[in-house]
Amino acid sequence: MTTETRPPEAADSTGRGVHSPGRAAIAQRHLRLDRWWLPQAVTAAGLLLFIGYSTWRAFFGLHTSYAAPYVSPFYSPCLAANCPKMAGGADWALFGGWWSLSPALIVLIFPLGFRLTCYYYRKAYYRSFWSSPPACAVAEPHAKYSGETRFPLILQNIHRYFFYVAIPVAGILTWDAILGFRDPQGHWGHMGLGTLVLLVNVSLIWAYTASCHSCRHIVGGRLRHFSKHPVRYRLWTWVSKLNARHMQLAWASLFSVGLADLYVYLLATGAFSDPRFF
Amino acid sequence: MSYEATFRVWRGDAEGGELTDFQVEVNDGEVVLDVVHRIQATQAPDLAVRWNCKAGKCGSCSAEINGRPRLMCMTRMSTLPPGETVTITPMRTFPVLRDLVTDVGFNYQKAREIPSFIPPQGVKPGEYRMQQEDVNRSQEFRKCIECFLCQNTCHVIRDHEENKPAFAGPRFLMRVGELDMHPLDAASDSGLDRKATAQEEHGLGYCNITKCCTEVCPEGIKITDNALIPLKERAVDRKYDPLVWLGSKIGLRRG
Ligand code: SF4
Ligand code: SF4
Ligand code: FES
Ligand code: FES
Repeated sequence: MTTETRPPEAADSTGRGVHSPGRAAIAQRHLRLDRWWLPQAVTAAGLLLFIGYSTWRAFFGLHTSYAAPYVSPFYSPCLAANCPKMAGGADWALFGGWWSLSPALIVLIFPLGFRLTCYYYRKAYYRSFWSSPPACAVAEPHAKYSGETRFPLILQNIHRYFFYVAIPVAGILTWDAILGFRDPQGHWGHMGLGTLVLLVNVSLIWAYTASCHSCRHIVGGRLRHFSKHPVRYRLWTWVSKLNARHMQLAWASLFSVGLADLYVYLLATGAFSDPRFF
Repeated sequence: MSYEATFRVWRGDAEGGELTDFQVEVNDGEVVLDVVHRIQATQAPDLAVRWNCKAGKCGSCSAEINGRPRLMCMTRMSTLPPGETVTITPMRTFPVLRDLVTDVGFNYQKAREIPSFIPPQGVKPGEYRMQQEDVNRSQEFRKCIECFLCQNTCHVIRDHEENKPAFAGPRFLMRVGELDMHPLDAASDSGLDRKATAQEEHGLGYCNITKCCTEVCPEGIKITDNALIPLKERAVDRKYDPLVWLGSKIGLRRG
């Protein structure tokens, strides 16, 4: 509903977007001089690196997924009969023996869905993989755009259900980190570099999960009268502080998950042995 | 200290136009609008430019400087790369009237489409009482100076003219959010569900939360994080969360 100042037929262009009739006639798609493509390129490179690494590990990492007492976060919980036996760990063979693929695939669906529908990652991949938009005030290449109004992207609205599942998953990873306070024979009261790696990873996962926009909404954002719910208001205030760092936490936890897995992989292949603190 | 700069300013109207070069003096401490005024005073007296306060408060001087949507009065010359040509165009999402002036009527139309605040029953104006923590969120949105830079930058309509009828734009979705968070708004008592209409009538689903509105807002309002995403979550409550929906149907207490 524009209030055109002259009939559309008087306009000079048949183009679309910034070249639509009636808009200032400027041939260029954009006039930005800065390196607007750089953030997108770095984002795409970072995401591709992680996708490549995690695909390889998820499909082929089963036999290097456990190095007592540490389990890779990609393989926990491990729900098939072909999982390694992890003393005290989450190797619950709920899926039984018929599952012959990598057990990581069963569980990784959930963190994957959580991150795929995450408001930050959506921004990241809409911009860097789909150029929608490539950068602010840089015209996008698509002729049509319907955003998240219809299938499949309307499914982004289920993000909060992935958030609910992310909580028990983070809980299991926390237990895994606690199990790290044992020595390889299973005696408690020990600690190694791997324990630290798992602890840092699980802290970042919790911070990322708690800073989620759906979490912010659920703990208090959906209220109208904060004054009537002081506890939820307090919670909302805390989550809001974390939420302002959601992008940083998304990247930090993505890298820490990859590094924690890499650490277990290196131990399991015998590339080096875990430095023990006590 | 002063120096000579090259400015390329778009001149024309809806029939057509072009970027025109000007050599113009720039002095220490000046903003882009000062230089545009100097061009107007010394070289192009008929250059059309809209401005008012020169203090970043009236929202009139929106334009695009080196391709980036900004307020001309709040863009210091010292922040632009020295020695490089400065290109200024009108906002590229709205119909151009002349030179740097566009017809922003689209935004007034969208403003009218949002149902206004509905006063609560039995409370007279002057008797409204609200707690500070209940209005904090709305107050952030009230900082808006209606410059429409966010509307101009949003790719939903900037790159797709055909989406204009269906999409209110970040500024006015933020208005829906403000009213839905308002402690006294009685819309739901009169059968208006702002959470649902945000999506069904004002096009909330078109926003893909890529945050360009937030990037350009001269008031630093966190439009996406504090208005659009919370509004999306509120729409999910109504439309995709069976438990919340059921609760509201059987009259569970609303927060
Ligand atoms: S975040 Fe949404 S409203 Fe804001 S510019 Fe992006 S698509 Fe438009
Ligand atoms: S929200 Fe910000 S960018 Fe949008 S009109 Fe208001 S002040 Fe301008
Ligand atoms: S995890 Fe990013 S918004 Fe929920
Ligand atoms: S002249 Fe008022 S905001 Fe620039």
